[in-house]
Amino acid sequence: MTYTKRPDGREMHELRPIRAEVGIIPNADGSALFASGKTVAIAAVYGPKILHPASMRNPEKGIIRCEYNMLPFSVSERARPGPSRRSKEISKVTSNALSSVVDLSRFPNSVVDVQIMILQADAGTRCAGINAASMALAHAGIVMNELVTSVSIGKIDDKIVADITKEEEDWEEGEGPTDIPFTMTSRKNDIVHLQLDGNIPTSRFKESIDASVKACNKILDYQIRALKGEKINENEGKK
Amino acid sequence: MNEEENKEEIINNETTEESDNKSNESSSNKERKMVVPGETIVQGDDYLPGDFTIKNKDEIVSQRYGLAEINDRIVKIIPISGVFEPRRSNNIIGRITDINFSGWSVEIGGPVSAFLPLSECPRFINKNNIEEFATIGDAINAKIWSVKRGSIDLTLKSRGLGVLEGGRLIKITSHKVPRVIGREGSMINLIKDETQTEITVGQNGFIWLNGSAEGERKAEEAIMLIETEASSEGLTDKVEDFLKNE
Repeated sequence: MTYTKRPDGREMHELRPIRAEVGIIPNADGSALFASGKTVAIAAVYGPKILHPASMRNPEKGIIRCEYNMLPFSVSERARPGPSRRSKEISKVTSNALSSVVDLSRFPNSVVDVQIMILQADAGTRCAGINAASMALAHAGIVMNELVTSVSIGKIDDKIVADITKEEEDWEEGEGPTDIPFTMTSRKNDIVHLQLDGNIPTSRFKESIDASVKACNKILDYQIRALKGEKINENEGKK
Repeated sequence: MNEEENKEEIINNETTEESDNKSNESSSNKERKMVVPGETIVQGDDYLPGDFTIKNKDEIVSQRYGLAEINDRIVKIIPISGVFEPRRSNNIIGRITDINFSGWSVEIGGPVSAFLPLSECPRFINKNNIEEFATIGDAINAKIWSVKRGSIDLTLKSRGLGVLEGGRLIKITSHKVPRVIGREGSMINLIKDETQTEITVGQNGFIWLNGSAEGERKAEEAIMLIETEASSEGLTDKVEDFLKNE
């Protein structure tokens, strides 16, 4: 069976229904929720605050410390809580992506803590996490040059598709699945994070970059609307 | 009585600042617009970048989440969230976290902790027993004397400053302090009168309440209401309604 139609009936470039909101964690200095279909991520930002241990302090610039975690019930097979190889890697790429837009020289010797929790996982959790973290950082009043927006582009069989689900990620027929999470900045469209899981020829890769620019611009619109006070929930009324 | 008078003084300090802001706002008569980082606020070479904005070719771009305001040619962002940024001469309320031979360390809710040297106390203190004046956990009302890289020095040498006896501390976002005080102190005076509670507001967002349990609770709820609805119109009336009907 070849891949001609997406399992959930979406167009090839269409995103899943989005839910976006800021200020969901009153205790935090900034917080946000970002959900794409069944993938739900929340992010909380604390700081800038004094960095401990003191040996990590840099008098020229601050640091961003990210912590990505999946809740035990976010997947059907219980996820063991606490850091794993996978979550450490995702924390690292997230903090790199965010550090490239934040003006770190504004808070020397300090740290901004970003905590990302995945409440429910259906592929693209790191992208949802980065989107939520970017909104939460802005909401916390951190000085940043632009926002970042993330989307996972897939090559399923021989089709380039946007925002893939778990079902598509596991597609084993034809050319098989390829998952490419992209993170772009909002103004310059610089790529600040890119991973690739699978195979893709160079010619198709260029196509996937174009697809990610389009998808990121759509997501950016949701992020901006949510930051301006709108509570977006395209899932409302559906199960 | 003296203490009460001093409290008024602090509030008045802040309200003057608040009314200054207000007059600027009304004189320029410019509307404010909500912006997010990376958003173009205005285009054209007529404008200059102010606080939290940068110039990119002919565009003025926001670097921070907040309200953009154009004053003459200068475009700036008024922050609405984030941690307290200490400035010189801010009146703040803090909590003592540590004592050493030369003074007190004070937590003021900013990115760095503050220090109150013994020499900045207005009255004589026995050096062998400085806990007598203030000990760990006490709330103090102080003024920021200097802000250096990585350290903030406080002073108590000004009218109305000192250790706050009894009562309790609550915390709000420092950017919402002007709303809690209101125009010329209208909001804070309303809450004080309705709840019969002593209230001192620090510019860092710490608020000290002292009164009957019922009054403190009511005042706290009113302040939280102001915090959540800071941007809405007719806030004083809403708070008045809340205080009278509750």
